[in-house]
Amino acid sequence: MERDDLIVNDSYALNAHHSEEEGVAIRKKIYMVTAILSVITAIEVGMGVMFKRSETFTWTAIKWTFIVLTLFKAGYIVMSFMHLGDERKNLRNAVILPYFVFILYLIFIAITEGLAHYGMDLKFH
Amino acid sequence: MSGEAKAAISKEVLWGGGRSPFSVSYGKMMMWYFLVSDALTFGGLLIAYAFWRASSVDPWPIGEQVFRSMPGLEGEFPLAYVALMTFILIVSSVTMVLAVEAGHRNDRSSVLKWMGLTVVGGLIFLGSQAWEWSHFIHGSGGCFNLAKEVTITNPEGETMTLMAGDRVYMDHHFGHLMEMHLNDPVSVPMTSDGGHVVLTELGEHPHEAHLHALRVNKYVENETIVEGDQMMKLWNARSENFAFGAPIPGLGADWGGINHSEYATQQGYSNFFFFITGFHGFHVFSGVIINLIVFLMVLNRVMERRKHYEMVEKVGLYWHFVDLVWVFVFTFFYLI
Repeated sequence: MERDDLIVNDSYALNAHHSEEEGVAIRKKIYMVTAILSVITAIEVGMGVMFKRSETFTWTAIKWTFIVLTLFKAGYIVMSFMHLGDERKNLRNAVILPYFVFILYLIFIAITEGLAHYGMDLKFH
Repeated sequence: MSGEAKAAISKEVLWGGGRSPFSVSYGKMMMWYFLVSDALTFGGLLIAYAFWRASSVDPWPIGEQVFRSMPGLEGEFPLAYVALMTFILIVSSVTMVLAVEAGHRNDRSSVLKWMGLTVVGGLIFLGSQAWEWSHFIHGSGGCFNLAKEVTITNPEGETMTLMAGDRVYMDHHFGHLMEMHLNDPVSVPMTSDGGHVVLTELGEHPHEAHLHALRVNKYVENETIVEGDQMMKLWNARSENFAFGAPIPGLGADWGGINHSEYATQQGYSNFFFFITGFHGFHVFSGVIINLIVFLMVLNRVMERRKHYEMVEKVGLYWHFVDLVWVFVFTFFYLI
């Protein structure tokens, strides 16, 4: 059986150090992610200023674009800045999977109930 | 992997059982579990906000109309200031990850430099949030009721008397006064309810700012501009009667300050805004404090004695989490 208790080759372990050259590569990646996050934020702000909320299909598309862009940003922060992407797969799953199970269910139930509540308010207001 | 099996494991990274589950140190794994629980708290709050908003019959304020002021500048800058705040928080996240990287090279002076900049970024963000809160509470297009009768005179010498209890509207620059302006009743449907404008469509309500002057509009046809001392009189009268969220004695619970601001039809909006940004701001504040403590530890060469900078990495995880939460708050409060 493979041993999974070794930290020696893990680049984020306590006793792991990287050299100057590795540092240059890591910093390059950091600046790359910075640029991506900044560009996404700029796009979001531009769209936020440009488009007005309305009851149209366009607005629904824009709303979902905002959500997708936000998830992209969140993914970069968690996987790159918090370097969860470099951790063991089982730690990654232990952190992310339970969270998504709970949150997706909560989102579903809150929106469903909220809209039902809205319908009741309209009916009996 | 087979090569690794022969490699020596340093004792200090092993847990009590002589192994390191998930190949991470105990402290780092517990930081991850703490962040998961904290993320569930924020998730719960944002989902409660979603529920409130989905179930709300009243119009919901529009982000780019609510947040369009810059400190010290006149005019409208929709979303500009909050974009700047977001950028500052992202940059402070970048300086944090650079500090972690420097720690892995045992580069003490770089760790100090980047952590110092992270603390500065956090403090700028906190200051910005304080300004935004103050602005949001005091004068973002709200209105107030005059405590006493005031006679005003405009530069042309016309006078006009405002009775106690009359409503005066402010523009979105704290300290400046304005009227609520109905400039296009056709495309922007509004109804007037005893002088108080009630929003009827998605929080749309254009303002017209008259800076350093008060434009009183008791009746839409009869406009008067007030400046100088007369304006100060009105302003002072205001201060007796304007209180955030607190009901004015004798007028019932409905007559608080923010109850008559532009969010008057949506108390839920400001409730959630203050609670969630406040809770996030508290996290930023504690992050700054913890960063400062670790900064001082690095300064005192504690990490050199430990021979690793993992503490920087752990506080880094917390700091990135603060940035992560803000990404969602930004989308759901300011954009959508």
